[in-house]
Formats: sequence, C-alpha cells, structure tokens
Amino acid sequence: MGEILLQVRNVSKSFGGVRAVNNVSFDLHRGEILGIIGPNGSGKTTLLNLITGFVSKDSGKVVFKDKDITRWPAHKIANAGLVRTFQLARPYATLPAFKNLIPPLFSPRSKRSAMGKLGDRDAVAIDLLEDVGFERDAHVPYKLAGSLPLGYLKRLEFARCLAMKPEVICCDEVFSGLSMAEIASMLPLIERLKSDNITLIMIEHRLRELFQVADRILVMNFGEKIAEGDPREVIKDKNVRRAYLGEEVKL
Amino acid sequence: MEKTSRRKERLDRGVKVRSDTVYAVSSWKEMLFLLAPRGILIIGLLCAPLLVPNLYWQRVICILGVYALLAIGFDFLANFVGLVSLGGALFIGVGGYISGALNHYFGLPPFLTIPIGSIGGAFICTLILLPTLPLRGVYFAIVSFTLPLVADRTICATNVLGGTDGIPGLSMLANTWVNQYSILGMVLLSLFGLRRIVNEDIGVVFRGVKDNDQAIRASGLSVIYYKAVAVFIAALMGCFGGAFLAHLYGWVGVSLLSMDFSVFPLVATVVGGPVTLAGPLLGCIILVPISEMLRAFGELRIVIYSLILVFFVLFWSEGVLNWARRKYEQFEHWVEV
Repeated sequence: MGEILLQVRNVSKSFGGVRAVNNVSFDLHRGEILGIIGPNGSGKTTLLNLITGFVSKDSGKVVFKDKDITRWPAHKIANAGLVRTFQLARPYATLPAFKNLIPPLFSPRSKRSAMGKLGDRDAVAIDLLEDVGFERDAHVPYKLAGSLPLGYLKRLEFARCLAMKPEVICCDEVFSGLSMAEIASMLPLIERLKSDNITLIMIEHRLRELFQVADRILVMNFGEKIAEGDPREVIKDKNVRRAYLGEEVKL
Repeated sequence: MEKTSRRKERLDRGVKVRSDTVYAVSSWKEMLFLLAPRGILIIGLLCAPLLVPNLYWQRVICILGVYALLAIGFDFLANFVGLVSLGGALFIGVGGYISGALNHYFGLPPFLTIPIGSIGGAFICTLILLPTLPLRGVYFAIVSFTLPLVADRTICATNVLGGTDGIPGLSMLANTWVNQYSILGMVLLSLFGLRRIVNEDIGVVFRGVKDNDQAIRASGLSVIYYKAVAVFIAALMGCFGGAFLAHLYGWVGVSLLSMDFSVFPLVATVVGGPVTLAGPLLGCIILVPISEMLRAFGELRIVIYSLILVFFVLFWSEGVLNWARRKYEQFEHWVEV
C-alpha cells in the first residue's frame, strides 16, 4: 500500500440529539479504493461532508497530506486536491453541459496546475467531457445540463471533479439510480481513475459492483465504524452481517 | 368525431440561426440584423438630449440614467448571481454622501469626488453587505432593503452630515450637456460591459453561484468572494449614480436614501424583461417619463407603479424586451394539430 494520504481521527457530529457520526477514524492510502457501506442513515454521507468541509465537525481531526484540514472551509479543501461528487447530481441547470466545467477550471488549483496558461477553457471542458464518456453523441456537451439524463449527470459530476486534477475523489453513491447497463459502462471509468493513481472513497449501496473495484471496505452503523478491512473478510464479519446484510445473504 | 385545434408554431428566422452558430456573418443584411437593435439603442440614447424640448426633460434624462444604472445592476445581481438586492437606495445614498461630503468639507472638485464616491462607496457598500452574503433568497433582499432606512434614521437622529437639512451648495457639473452625456455614457458602458462579463468565464461562475452554490464550493471557489465581487460591480454603478445626483442637484440629503431607488429598479426589470440586462434600461425608458407625467398625482404614483407591476407579473411576465426579441428573431404561424 502507498503512503497515507488522509487521516481521519475520532470525528464526531451531532444534529440535535442525533449522533450522526460518532468517533470514526480511518486512514486512506494513496492509490487505493476505499468503499464505505452501511444501512440508510448510518452516517456515510455525513462522514463525507465532514471530511470535505461541507459540514463543520463537532470534534476530531482530519489530516490531508500532513496538513491539518479540520477547520478549513470546503473550497479550500477542494483546492488542496480533495474533491467530492454529490449524491443528487448538482449541475448548473441553466448552463450547457460543457460550461458546467468552467467553474472548476477557473479555480485557483486549476490555474496553478496549468501554470497560468490554461488557454481556452471551453475546449478543455469539451475534452474532459469526452474523457468521461460524452463522445458517443456529439451534441450532448452543448445541451443544457438541466435536460441531461441521470447517467450523463453522474458522468458530469466526475468530470467536474477531474477538472480539478484531484488526488482524492469522494464519490457519494455514483451508481444509485443507474441501470445495470449504465453501471457496467461506468466501471471502466473507475478502473481508469485508479490506474491514473487517483485515490477514491466510494459510498455505495450496490455491493456487487463495489466489491469488484474496492480494495478495502469500511462498514458503518448508527454513526459508528463497525468493521474495516478486505472486502471478503468484512463480509464474513458477524456484526456486519447482523447490522446490514442479514443472515442469509450470499455474494 | 375528430377534434382539430390550432396552435402557434415558432421558428427561428434563418438569419438568426446563421448569426448564432456561424459566428462570421456573411452579408450586410445579416450584419444589419445583428447591429440594428444595438445601434438603435446607442444612437437613440445619444440623440435623446438633443430631441427633448426643454431643460426640464433634459433633467429627466439624467434621472432616467441614474435609475437605469440601478436597474441594470439589479438585473445582474438578481438574475445572474442570484442575489435579490433591494439596496438601490443604499448605493445611491453612500455614493451621494461621500462625494457630497468630500466636496463640502474638503473642497474637492466633482471630477475627483465622483470617481472617489463611486469606487470608495462601492467598497463601503460591499463591506456593509458582506455579513449578509451567506444569506440566500429573500433574506438578502430584506437586509439590503432595511439598511438605507437605518441610515436615513441615523442621519436624522444624530444630525451628522447635515442631518435632515442635508448638505447644500455643492459644486455643479459644467453644464447640462456634460450632465447628460456623462450619465448616458456610463449607462452604455455598464450595459455592454456587464453583457461581456456575464459571458466570460467569471460570468459563468456568477451564474453557477445562482444555480448551485454547493457545486461552486466543491469546485474550489469561495461563494462569498464571488458574491462580494458581484455586489461590488453593482454597487459601483449605483454609487456612481448617487455621486452624480449629488452634483446634479448641488445638494445631498436623506431623500437620496428614499425607497424609490430600491423599488423602481425592480419594477423596471419586470417591465423591461428580466435576464437581458438591456431590458431594465428599456423598462426605465418606458417608466420614467410615465412617472414624470404622473407627477400631478403625488403620492398616488406608488399605487400606479404597483398596478403596472401587478399587470406585468400576472399577464406579461416575460417583459417587453423578451417579447420584442421573440418577434424579431422568430416567425410565428398557426398550424393545425
């Protein structure tokens, strides 16, 4: 395994009386795919919101590349190379699809990595859309993002992340709402991100697909981490079976 | 029984399609198609001071210019950045009081006080509104609407900056022509400058803030920063209007903080056509003369504004310019369905 890229230590968050995330700790190594699973309401998305700075932490510590990012605002964390997708795709509905990539290309991080000579951002945006699979239909990049079907919106979310030239992408249920065929066409994209040495955290309910790509699995229940490790080992864990999968599941 | 009904079909004119997609236009006819609306607006505005009958109407043109700056700024903030700002009076008041005070207490001439009032005022307005920028939707509107009222009461109660009497005896601009052309020039500059900005990359970021500010944060951009930049741009235009008014009247007072400056831009935008930037200007061109002619009704004018606003919101929500544009760019004909 590669160096430790992200350290999450004893992170907690309460909403009113509900302890949404309770004392969760884990490490993320460079180049791996970490899957996070758990029943609905177990705090997976909140954990991701805490890491990426979209929700403030009650306690705990997050260290990214030896920098303490616990109190950083969301846009600063994104600029450091830790980006996320949204569970419900969030396009700029009134803009054409390719214009959706202008804001990330306009970010300080993109300007820095392009050495200030990015050139025509529109052309870069269209290239990026092709990268994530928009090429089949030549007019799609010019359609209003609000009119795109869900499969394209999920790809657009990926493209928005890739435009930042990220080191870690936190994916919040990228497979949800997609058909089996669409998921099958997304898997090569995930594999390619991995071969590009991009580290992924994937929150997922589609276990079969997740277990194909994930190197490690973290299981959550009621805001707490109940297991962590190799996918095959985790599945055998008694607590995991009871909390999430039930007794009878066969994978 | 077969039911037949008719509906209107709309088709883009060929010349519109060509000038949209093929960027180079190939004949003088197509050039004219593109240039005519812009040309008529520019030439019309520049000729207006020569065409009006007397000094009174030349004064009206100046007022129209000030309202137009506010209205264009309102349309920009509301429809391109998503900040519904009712702070027109704040911009006018801050710009006006700064240049008035500089002129009265330090004796600076108008060609210095107006730029200082505009830029300094825009900084101050942005700083004042900064804490409210995380607010969304109607909350920002409420705060921006309240601030000029607070300033009005404060000035009257504490007697600073001339109190209720205001600061009289400020220097005037050279003559009525300088007055009119400086404000009309500023209106055209703002209009075409803003149209350029909203189509640049930074304009796409502004529109992103309106559509979806969470995705802007996820893209590594600070929402507050870009909102502040947008407010600064609108405040710059508004404060210029205020500074201009100070030297147009030769007087500043609490009437610069009156509600008219906050509400009128909203009405002008709805009437003229939102999301066009030129629409609010058109709205001012329609409404300001009407409002002058209604002067005899006194306070009842605000009722008439309201009725116009209600009519447009209910029956003609696209506004005049969006309607005219559709007529200009598209054929309409009836087809059997």
